[in-house]
Amino acid sequence: MILEYFQLVDRVIEIDRETGRVRCAARVPDTSTIFEGHFPGHPLMPGTLLVESMAQTSGYLLLSMQDFERLPFLIQIEKAKIRTFVEPGTDLTVEGELVHEGSGFAVTRASVKSTQDEQKIAEAELRFRTMPFPTDDLRATVRAHAASVGVR
Amino acid sequence: MADYNEETYNTVADIIAEVSSIDRESISPDAHAINDLGIDSLDFLDVTFEIDKRFGIKMPVEQWMEDVNEGRADAEEFFVMKNLVTRIDELVAAKA
Repeated sequence: MILEYFQLVDRVIEIDRETGRVRCAARVPDTSTIFEGHFPGHPLMPGTLLVESMAQTSGYLLLSMQDFERLPFLIQIEKAKIRTFVEPGTDLTVEGELVHEGSGFAVTRASVKSTQDEQKIAEAELRFRTMPFPTDDLRATVRAHAASVGVR
Repeated sequence: MADYNEETYNTVADIIAEVSSIDRESISPDAHAINDLGIDSLDFLDVTFEIDKRFGIKMPVEQWMEDVNEGRADAEEFFVMKNLVTRIDELVAAKA
């Protein structure tokens, strides 16, 4: 993760476009300015950023399944649960699956677990509006970034 | 006899009432889902998701909006309740 650049996923391990599933690796950094405030002397990964890691994981799935024709925007977070504390240096596995692809929107179910012991950490149902890329430049940039983390 | 499927209408009206927190009694076959019932785009997306799931279809809302915006159709053809119900029944029939 590079929290300052809002990159919550390090690597896409696997995408299965047939079944609509994705699995990503994400390591919480050892240090970040975010931990200076959250909380002083007691650094913890913010729960909202765990939700964002699920949104980005789902986003890679949707980008791949829609051949980078449409850009997903997070618009709704349903049934979000953050079950435990996450400390700096923790390796996370973030997974997502497509629940429904509608006209101009998509719904995924996603989860975060500890890579080390598979303990459940967080889960949510996420809804996205999907829209054509506003510019070709943005499409190329997103595609290049996705490729750099392993989306083919 | 109504010129729309009352069973489908009741299902859709129940979904709208539940998802959008609208009084079920205020929903009528001639009501416009957006103009009269005041369903905003995010709530309409929830309604669409529930209808898609319940009927096993994919309502082509983007295509409808494009048709309206480009003057090929009136919004009433899709978003007045009884017309929406007919569109849903057509999609269900096309799936069979």
